[in-house]
Amino acid sequence: MPETTTGPEAAPEQFEPRIVAFFCNWCTYLAADLAGTTRLKYAPNIRVVRVMCSGRIDPQFVLDAFAMGADGVLIGGCHPGDCHYESGNYKTLRRFHLLHRTLQELGIEAERFRLEWISASEAEPLRLAVNDMVEKVRALGPLQLKVPDEQSAEETEEVAVP
Amino acid sequence: MTDKPKVAFYWCASCGGCDEAVVDLAEKVLDVVAAVDIVFWPVALDFKRHDVEAMADGSITAAFINGAVRSTEQEEMVHLLRRKAQVLIAFGSCAQLGGIPGLANLSDRAAVLATAYLESPSTVNAEGIVPQTRYVEDGRRVTLPRLYDTVRSLDQVTDVDYYLPGCAPTPGLIAKAVEALLSGQLPPKGTVLAPDIALCDECPRKSTKPERLELSAFRRPSEVILNQEDCLLAQGVLCMGPATRGGCEAPCVKGNMPCTGCFGPTSRVKDQGAKALSAFASIVASNDAAEIERIVSAIPDPVGTLYRYSLPTSLLRRKRVTAPAGAAQG
Repeated sequence: MPETTTGPEAAPEQFEPRIVAFFCNWCTYLAADLAGTTRLKYAPNIRVVRVMCSGRIDPQFVLDAFAMGADGVLIGGCHPGDCHYESGNYKTLRRFHLLHRTLQELGIEAERFRLEWISASEAEPLRLAVNDMVEKVRALGPLQLKVPDEQSAEETEEVAVP
Repeated sequence: MTDKPKVAFYWCASCGGCDEAVVDLAEKVLDVVAAVDIVFWPVALDFKRHDVEAMADGSITAAFINGAVRSTEQEEMVHLLRRKAQVLIAFGSCAQLGGIPGLANLSDRAAVLATAYLESPSTVNAEGIVPQTRYVEDGRRVTLPRLYDTVRSLDQVTDVDYYLPGCAPTPGLIAKAVEALLSGQLPPKGTVLAPDIALCDECPRKSTKPERLELSAFRRPSEVILNQEDCLLAQGVLCMGPATRGGCEAPCVKGNMPCTGCFGPTSRVKDQGAKALSAFASIVASNDAAEIERIVSAIPDPVGTLYRYSLPTSLLRRKRVTAPAGAAQG
């Protein structure tokens, strides 16, 4: 098999990224559906959330996904010009650029946040995009955003005086 | 001691502006002083920590704490005042949201100390001395509070009853809060003591906001001559009004400067910066990826702009910690 799936033959200690995928109802979600009905295999690391339009994806959703433990976030929408609601995907595009910069300023690598235009018929591009993202996030390792608890460290601290 | 209600004020990581705001009540401060006993106020009165420790638990009617929490001393004082006070009020942006000191969450303790004590151009410190939490000389030991890597809002440290937003809270809102406290007519716990509407709702320039806002360039206030009448967003400067709670009566906008977001989000918003980001990005007048990137790259510091007061209480809270916290720390 050419694809880099993560079946039972994968090494047990291999890091499996958790990627939250927001797919629009009219294009990318249907592409994922098509991938299923045509038995195309792709990495099982994405958790798909269907939204009516990629323009519905509030930046809070993306931040919440990262805050709750996602190692990556993938947004899938209709190609420019093809939005079911005419301009929702353009709004997604504009937010994506600013959010991408903001996330990088907060130490989240560029590869962990991705936008793809995938139409209802594009099961193969969907497979390639998902597999590629999973591999890139796997190479980066777990995100581990947890804010360290500092009170407990306080008691034991001895500072060396120069 | 009379049986008037007892009130305490305390400052954590703050600039002193919130204490100034209490004095800014002007004549009304006399009414307040007549109605209550101020039992602790480090900036103005000579009561000490041991005076607070000597009070019975719950004997202070209300404690107003301003400033974010970023050191062991601040944390101890916050817990102490929580025990002694019936009502604890987060006073101002820093206590409510983390505030300007909260932007230190883009950094950590080691980097903050290095900048302040070693690297800044105005620093003269040939011996490279940085603050230690303990120091022993001739058998005498002195201690200093320890700075944390992560700045926290008051409610991330202890239980908070009410929030007074603002950098600093406005005299009108303070007076209303004090009146509510004295009359005993308190809103439900957890209430932010300001209207739950966006600033745009009460903005004097509201009528000039175009039906369809579109921008092909963002400018900083220093790069453009702003007129006194038109919506500031429509003039191309980033005004946080759409993503910020109102109730301040728009003094910044009246002074021809954009809102920077100090009142925090409304109750329906989890993350003020994300909402502001959404509002700003959506009005970019382009559908072309390269052009959009060019336009939004004119915002020099997205986190510092979108989360100027709210980084510690945002969904991500701080810049990702990649090295073990506290490593290589003096």
